[in-house]
Amino acid sequence: MAINTKSSSPLTGQQTPRIAKRIMMIETAIFYVFAVATVISACAVVTVKNPVHAALFLVLTFFTSAVIWLSLEAEFLAISLVLVYVGAVMVLFIFVVMMLDINVARLREGFVRYLPLGLAVAAIMLLLMLNVVTSDVFVLDVGSEPLPKPADYSNTKALGAVLYTDYVFAFEIAAVILLVAIIAAISLTMRKRTQTKYQVPSDQIKVRKSDRLRVVKMPSVEEE
Amino acid sequence: MTDFLISIWEWFHEYVQFTIYSGVKALIILLPLFIVVAYYTYAERKVIGYMQIRKGPNRVGFKGLLQPFADMFKLMFKEIIIPTNSNRYLFIVAPVITFAPAMAAWAVIPFDAGLVFSDINAGLLYILAMTSVGVYGVIIAGWASNSKYALLGAMRSAAQIVAYEIAMGFALVGVLMVAGSLNLSDIVTGQSGGIGNWFFIPLLPLFFVYLISGVAETNRAPFDVAEGESEIVAGFHVEYSGMTFAVFFLAEYANMILIAMLCSLLFFGGWLSPVPDLLGDGIGWLFGKTAVFMLLFLWFRATFPRYRYDQIMRLGWKVLLPVTIFWLVVEGVAVYFKIGPWFV
Repeated sequence: MAINTKSSSPLTGQQTPRIAKRIMMIETAIFYVFAVATVISACAVVTVKNPVHAALFLVLTFFTSAVIWLSLEAEFLAISLVLVYVGAVMVLFIFVVMMLDINVARLREGFVRYLPLGLAVAAIMLLLMLNVVTSDVFVLDVGSEPLPKPADYSNTKALGAVLYTDYVFAFEIAAVILLVAIIAAISLTMRKRTQTKYQVPSDQIKVRKSDRLRVVKMPSVEEE
Repeated sequence: MTDFLISIWEWFHEYVQFTIYSGVKALIILLPLFIVVAYYTYAERKVIGYMQIRKGPNRVGFKGLLQPFADMFKLMFKEIIIPTNSNRYLFIVAPVITFAPAMAAWAVIPFDAGLVFSDINAGLLYILAMTSVGVYGVIIAGWASNSKYALLGAMRSAAQIVAYEIAMGFALVGVLMVAGSLNLSDIVTGQSGGIGNWFFIPLLPLFFVYLISGVAETNRAPFDVAEGESEIVAGFHVEYSGMTFAVFFLAEYANMILIAMLCSLLFFGGWLSPVPDLLGDGIGWLFGKTAVFMLLFLWFRATFPRYRYDQIMRLGWKVLLPVTIFWLVVEGVAVYFKIGPWFV
């Protein structure tokens, strides 16, 4: 029972044009299903009333976009998206959102008042994005269509090779910025509390009998 | 008869064939897993029983061997109670969210050379991703139950998982540095050549960190503050009954077996024999090693008292994390100078 799915086609290992066409079809179907799910859940993030639901929809958005990345053969990025954003960042988000008692009605009060400002920001962002997308860089007929990679192609290795050679400075700078942010966050929030009483575990462990207990010899007193 | 079956098989399209083929392979992995989970619960009660000089379950079947099935039927026929003010949909979905990743993670586990459901390149990352998704079930269950105890359990679980996930990830970075691959089969084959080449020798501190964080990740004693019967009743699953509770239970035990199996794959050579000259490699070695780690889980539960919440946080952030970072530096030096049989 040699179970191995590295081969390019199910079972047979060879790809006839008919199968290749069907693979394309299935991939398109998968793309549309998950793209629609991504868009719907992304819209739900900003429209649902309950903040916890919004955070959960954001998790769903990350997950479905990870699937789309998978279909683009970006396995490493897709799995890291799930690992980092779903597995760590959103857990913290939800942790905080659940702890806070957010009054939704008060948050909604200023909706009409802030609407013009919001629209203005949205319009600016739309313009910027259009500017990027319509530029020469993103035109579809630049070069040839990217070909699917062979089965033994390691996404992780390729990414690592680029990250630690061509972009090593950008990578290191990003790391240092993150480190500074961590230190800043800790130094902003850390304060010595003088009033709180807490245990020092090492002192507790070091305690010996002689520190706390004194055996007093008492002469027995005769009762009168 | 066989000709007839083959003709039926060929009548399907390749995609349907592929789907059926994968489904059967998944069943070949999952059905034995369910049976092991069932008897793991029995083993837990027996082992802890004998450790505490009791007999454990011994009424249903010979020596209580049918006890897991009795429990299963009891849970199946119990009423599922949904609290009135709970979030109905999320309340039902939560056990499924815990269960699905616990099963999905098994897809990349290699049982023997070439005997793997899906031999993907980033297998280790995939497992980390899947196990970290499982915590959502716990958090959602705690929140959707609309109960103070459940919410407290979920909060504790979230903080604990975030803390230990990092230590666990760093411990696995150590494995990557020795093996030079994220593929689990490659990691095991990197340890071939007898017990001296297994990764637990150069990575001993990381192995302990991984084992401890594995226990913490599965919410097992002594890190089971998310359940904490004595303080918060049963933590995140206090409102769950019947089948919904059973699904949580199943996922927890499947995760324990997964962690035990990963320990043996990553640090103890998986299916490789400790003395390849005398005994051959085989799937039996993997199962034997996994069983030892599974026993450790039970032993921990029978022996250690529950950690206090702040001590768990202290252990995760201030002890395990610095240990892993320090050992990664040591390992980096070893890799640079190509030391020993491991870093070549």
